[in-house]
Amino acid sequence: MGNPLGRYLLTLRRLWGVALAMQLEYQVNLWLEVAAAVTNLLGSLLLLSLFFGGGRMLGGWSWPQALVVLGVYTLLEGITSTWLRPNLSTIVGHVQQGTLDFVLLKPIDSQFWLSTTRISLMGLPEIATGLGLMVWAAGRAGIRTTPWLLFQTLLMLLTSGLILYSLWFLVATTSIWFVKTWNATEVLRAALSSGRYPISAYPAPVRRLFTMVLPVAFLTTVPAEAILGRLTMPWLLLSLAVAFLCLALSRGFWQFALRFYTSASS
Amino acid sequence: MRSRALRSPRVRSRSSLQHGWRVARALFASQYALMLEYRAEILLWALSGLVPFIMLAVWIESPAGDALGMGPTQLARYFLAAFVVRQFTVAWVMTVFEEDALQGRLSPMLLQPLHPFWRYLASHFAEQAIRLPFVAMIASLFFLVLPWAFWVPNPQRALLALAATFLAFLLNFLIQCTMACLCFWSERVNALERLIYIPMLFLSGTAAPLEAFPPALRRMVEWTPFPLLVNFPAQLLSGGEVSIAAGFTALAGWITGLFLLMTLLWRIGVKRYGAMGA
Repeated sequence: MGNPLGRYLLTLRRLWGVALAMQLEYQVNLWLEVAAAVTNLLGSLLLLSLFFGGGRMLGGWSWPQALVVLGVYTLLEGITSTWLRPNLSTIVGHVQQGTLDFVLLKPIDSQFWLSTTRISLMGLPEIATGLGLMVWAAGRAGIRTTPWLLFQTLLMLLTSGLILYSLWFLVATTSIWFVKTWNATEVLRAALSSGRYPISAYPAPVRRLFTMVLPVAFLTTVPAEAILGRLTMPWLLLSLAVAFLCLALSRGFWQFALRFYTSASS
Repeated sequence: MRSRALRSPRVRSRSSLQHGWRVARALFASQYALMLEYRAEILLWALSGLVPFIMLAVWIESPAGDALGMGPTQLARYFLAAFVVRQFTVAWVMTVFEEDALQGRLSPMLLQPLHPFWRYLASHFAEQAIRLPFVAMIASLFFLVLPWAFWVPNPQRALLALAATFLAFLLNFLIQCTMACLCFWSERVNALERLIYIPMLFLSGTAAPLEAFPPALRRMVEWTPFPLLVNFPAQLLSGGEVSIAAGFTALAGWITGLFLLMTLLWRIGVKRYGAMGA
C-alpha cells in the first residue's frame, strides 16, 4: 500500500466490481442497449451514405475513409455512456445534497474519485460496434497495420479520449456554481455530434471553429487520419498538446471551482 | 365540491365548459409558474437541439446538396425550419410519468377528477411559452450569420405550418403517452425512449430532408409517423414542395389511432396499477 499508484488501482478495482455487480441486475436494459446500438449504427450509415450517391466524396474522404471517422465517433459515444455520463452526472447530486463534503474529505484525489467511481455497461455495445466499424473500414480502405501505425492510432485514440473527458469535466464543474447545469452536457453532446463527419466536410469558418474553439477535429478526424496512416508529425504533436492543455484546464478549473464551494445550507 | 354534486345535471352541463376553462387556466398558470423557475435549463434544452444546424453545414458544403435540387438558400431555410419545428414538438411524458409512477406521486394524481395526462399537456404548453423567446433569439442570430437565407413565409403557408407544427406536437405527445402507459407493466420504460429517439433522429427529416433518401426507402418511411414530426411542418414553413392534403390526412389518422390505443392501454393498465411499493 506504500505506493500511491497501487492504492489508486486497488480502489478502481473495488469500485468497478461493485458497479458491475449492480448493473447485471438489469439485464433487459442491456439487451435494449444492444438493440439501440445496432439501430443507431444503421441510421448513421444511412445518413452518411446520402452524401456518397453517384460516386461523390465527402470533403475529400472516400466512403471507407469516412466510415473510419464514424467508427471513432461511435467508439467515443460508447465511452461517454460507459464512463463519463455515469460519473460526472453525480457531481450535480453531490452539490445539491451537500454530499460533496464527504468526497472532499476522503484521502484520495477528489477529481479522480468523481471521475472514476462508476462504470456502466450501457456503452459497451457501442464501443464494440465502433471498434468493429473502425477495423472493418480500415481494411476496406486498404490499410496494412504496422507497429508504428498501431502505436500512432492508440496514442491518438487516447488523446481524443482525454480531450473528451476534459470537455465533459469542464462542463460538469460549472455545477459547483449553478447546480442545475446538467443540461449543458446535452448541449455539449449535440455539438460534439458534428464529429460524425470528417472536419473537411464543413465550410471553412465552421472548420476553424471546430479546430480552435471546440476541438472536435482532434476527437474524431485526427485519430481517423492516424488509422489511415496519413497523420503528419505536426498534427500528432499538436493533438498531444491540445490534450495536455485541456486536461490541465479541467484540473485547474476544478481546483478554482472548489474555492467557491461552500457546502449545502451554509 | 359538495355544492357541485348537488347541482342538477342541466345546470352542470351548462357550466361544464366554464368549469373546463377554469381548470385549464389554473393548470396552465401553475405549470407556467413552475416552468419559469427552469428558464436556464429550458434555454440549454433549446440549444441542445442544434443538430439541424450542424447538418446544414455539411449539406451546404457537400455536392450532394446540389444534386438534391435544393440550393443553399432552400437548404438553409429548410434546416432552420426543422430546428424551429423541433423546438415546439418536444415531448418528455415518458420520463416524467416513469418518475411519477416510481416515486408514488401517481397515486394521489389518480384520485383527482382529472386525467394525469392533462397536467403533462399543460406543462408542455407552459414550457413552449417560455421557450418561444429563446427560439426567436436563436433564429435572429441565424439570420445575422446567414442574412441571405432570410425569408418571410406567405401568410397562408405560415398558418398551415403553425397548424402542422401543433398537430406534430400532439402526435409526438401521444406517441409518448402511449409508450408511457407501458409503465403499468414494466418499471423501466425510459430505456424504450432511447429506442424511439433513434428513428426520430434519422427518419424525421432532422438530419436530412426526406427528398435526399433513396426513393424506395422514402416510400417506406412515409408510412411511418416520423416524417410528419419534422419534415412535413418544416417543408411547409420553408416553402418547399409538399403534398398538403396528404400530410394533414396522415397526421389526423395517426393522432386518432394513437389516441384510441392510448385510451385502451390506459384503461387496462390502470386496473393493474397497484401503487409502487404496495
